[in-house]
Amino acid sequence: MEIKLKVFRYLPNNGNKPHYDTYIMQVNPTDRVLDVLEQVRADSDPSLAYRRSCAHGVCGSDAMRINGRNALACKVLVKDLGTNEITVEPILGLKVLRDLIVDMDPFFEHFKSVMPYFINNEPLPSDGKERLQSPEQRERFDDTTKCILCAACTTSCPSFWANEEYVGPAAIVNAHRFVYDSRDRAAAERLQILNDQMGVWRCRTVFNCTEACPRDIQVTQAIADVKKAINSGKLE
Amino acid sequence: MTKTHVFDVVIVGGGGAGLMAALYASQNVKTAVVSKLYPVRSHTGAAQGGIGAALGNLEEDRWEWHAYDTVKGSDYLGDQDAIEFMCEQAVQAVYDLEHYGLPFSRTKDGRIAQRPFGGHTNNETKKPVRRSCYAADRTGHMILQTLFQQCVKNETTFFNEFHVMDLIMQDGKVAGVVALELATGEIHIFRAKAVIFATGGHGRMWEITSNAYAYTGDGAAVVIRRGLPVEDMEFFQFHPTGIYKLGILITEAVRGEGGVLINDKGERFMEKYAPTIKDLASRDVVSRAIYLEVKEGRGINGSNFVYLDIRPDVVNSYAEKDGRTRPDGTPYRITTKEIADKIPDISDFCQTYLGVDPVTAPMPVQPTAHYAMGGIPTNIDGAVIQDVNGTVVPGLYAAGEGACVSVHGANRLGTNSLVDLVVFGKQAGIKAAAYAKQSDLAELPDDAEAFTHQQIQQLKTGSGKEKAAEIAQEMRAVMSDKVGVFRTEEGLRSAVEELKVLRKRFLDVRIQDSTPQFNMELLNTWELGNLLDLALITAKSALERKESRGAHAREDFNKRDDKNWMKHTLAWLKENDVELAYKPVKVTRFEPQERTY
Repeated sequence: MEIKLKVFRYLPNNGNKPHYDTYIMQVNPTDRVLDVLEQVRADSDPSLAYRRSCAHGVCGSDAMRINGRNALACKVLVKDLGTNEITVEPILGLKVLRDLIVDMDPFFEHFKSVMPYFINNEPLPSDGKERLQSPEQRERFDDTTKCILCAACTTSCPSFWANEEYVGPAAIVNAHRFVYDSRDRAAAERLQILNDQMGVWRCRTVFNCTEACPRDIQVTQAIADVKKAINSGKLE
Repeated sequence: MTKTHVFDVVIVGGGGAGLMAALYASQNVKTAVVSKLYPVRSHTGAAQGGIGAALGNLEEDRWEWHAYDTVKGSDYLGDQDAIEFMCEQAVQAVYDLEHYGLPFSRTKDGRIAQRPFGGHTNNETKKPVRRSCYAADRTGHMILQTLFQQCVKNETTFFNEFHVMDLIMQDGKVAGVVALELATGEIHIFRAKAVIFATGGHGRMWEITSNAYAYTGDGAAVVIRRGLPVEDMEFFQFHPTGIYKLGILITEAVRGEGGVLINDKGERFMEKYAPTIKDLASRDVVSRAIYLEVKEGRGINGSNFVYLDIRPDVVNSYAEKDGRTRPDGTPYRITTKEIADKIPDISDFCQTYLGVDPVTAPMPVQPTAHYAMGGIPTNIDGAVIQDVNGTVVPGLYAAGEGACVSVHGANRLGTNSLVDLVVFGKQAGIKAAAYAKQSDLAELPDDAEAFTHQQIQQLKTGSGKEKAAEIAQEMRAVMSDKVGVFRTEEGLRSAVEELKVLRKRFLDVRIQDSTPQFNMELLNTWELGNLLDLALITAKSALERKESRGAHAREDFNKRDDKNWMKHTLAWLKENDVELAYKPVKVTRFEPQERTY
């Protein structure tokens, strides 16, 4: 099928202005948008810059705006877009470094700020084996263990667009993963970090994050869980 | 212009092996991880089914059985001292991961859940054993995230999106590495007492692959250009169940949970090839079976794929025929909900890419290039060796898929890649740090970055009459047609010649993008050069090995030949040719036997 692909191009600091390049191409309906971009590089313009690695939705490299919605380019098939016109742009709210590549450092700084690691200083079981956890306890935080830190959620959030100080949905998801892990002992510290104007209270429940998540994490629900835990002082 | 950094240990690569090495090395010495990707983008995250360890949480198991299964799976090419070490350490390694917070799936009594996996058996009954410790079908993702989280906790020093292009040596000792910073295009020198390569595999030289774009054998390519050998490159695993045409992996756990392979006649054909453990035979065995079914016209609709079927009624009918039971002795039966819970990502992949829900329709699959058994040769300490006598390169270490210890020999068992990277990543981290502690920083040669500039210059000044994309496509075609699941003398001989021509043509490629910042064309073209070098070595090593063993199946030498070939290949790149030598396999307690499943 023939498509018209519009791609955002920008190289800062050279007096350049952001612009769009347009390509008319023959592609297969089952091609991923990533395949289409690869085809542009192979056939037309090798200088098009974007990140990619696993190409099947688990590494989180290729989050971008495809026809206005955040997604991983390797998880969107051309036929599923329902149109022959495809516009690809960088995710919003992070500085564009070149074309579709944005500066991910602020995103990872927010992630790091919520103590996104397991904390339990109690002695290990005396047999040296695993700490016990029931399947139900494990299930409680299953959803938020799926995060691949692609930033699709955070950069779809109007609160983050308005204020880059906002810790953002991805960081809250990763805090949630530990707050609700029955083996972890630092829930209170994490809740204290997130009980802030720039923490969970900046969330306006727009649900963009949930829609954007390529891992189908119920992001807005996770944020609601954390809000509730802060208010009630209880983990449910 | 060139920036210089000084560390005790520099780790190249931020996947499972690299992060594990970082966690241990950084306890004792000043350590940095230099990675071409953000660490969480690494391919460890794509591993699905589990990490093997004889915890015995659901039934009796012993690490010695795991060791035997690994030796047998390796078709007796694995070094048994290393395999015993790995399988014994695997148990503690899994507990260590759990103590780091890794969210394993759980048994009813709260222990780490385990499931059957290809080639893992109870050595007494010969039946599949539940040894694979898993977190749904996202075990690699959980390992990668957990290790990265621990690195955040430890404030590990990372240089992300720095592409290492050369190893600096001085008087036969490691002096550091040279890297290109992607964001700026600047060259950085990392001086170090010890360097660990944890750079992953090179499956991107084949057409159908489960591997990430990043899997271009960078570590191995850097070392061979410094005159060091690579080991056993002819052994590359084709995983039997890649999604048709796309190569995306469908975990062996699907068969562990009872899924079966079906041909066009509706037959469960693995009964013919592996009467005892059937669909759970080793990967090389299953891939060959699929290839033969297709060759004999029993691919679905005569095409080159078969079905992998996990529909509950199909699974349950075969489970009943096999008399399969649960740990408590009740008949094994599975529900739609259980399948959805145990392989959620597989369901997602199938629905996204095929529009197929695996609980209602079978999945079209074909073998997919998956895992490098070969790589940078190391000893049991993770120290890189440079000759058939096992002489180490002072200060140089390697771990993970990019290394060859060898614990996988001619064929890796499922789950053992994660075992390998955790056990030997830790080992390399500890040993490299100990080495660094008692060593001085080597002086830098005057022209430390010269070879890096030379490589970049070559890519910028070629005549331009060749296109990288075309050469890449031709390389993948040659490797798929002639260096795939089955091989012949004629095919391999012509592959070697064609690859030599492609390497020459590659010198006429010229990159068009002159921008320093995020010059992905420069990076990807350099990666293609790496693949071409390693492809030539792979084809040449395969041509010379005149036997069939594990993943290396020769139609013209279709038997294993222990008398002449129970030995490892070491290969050196010499201009446009390859020099080979052989080193013996280490045997401890498992004498070679015929390999049947």
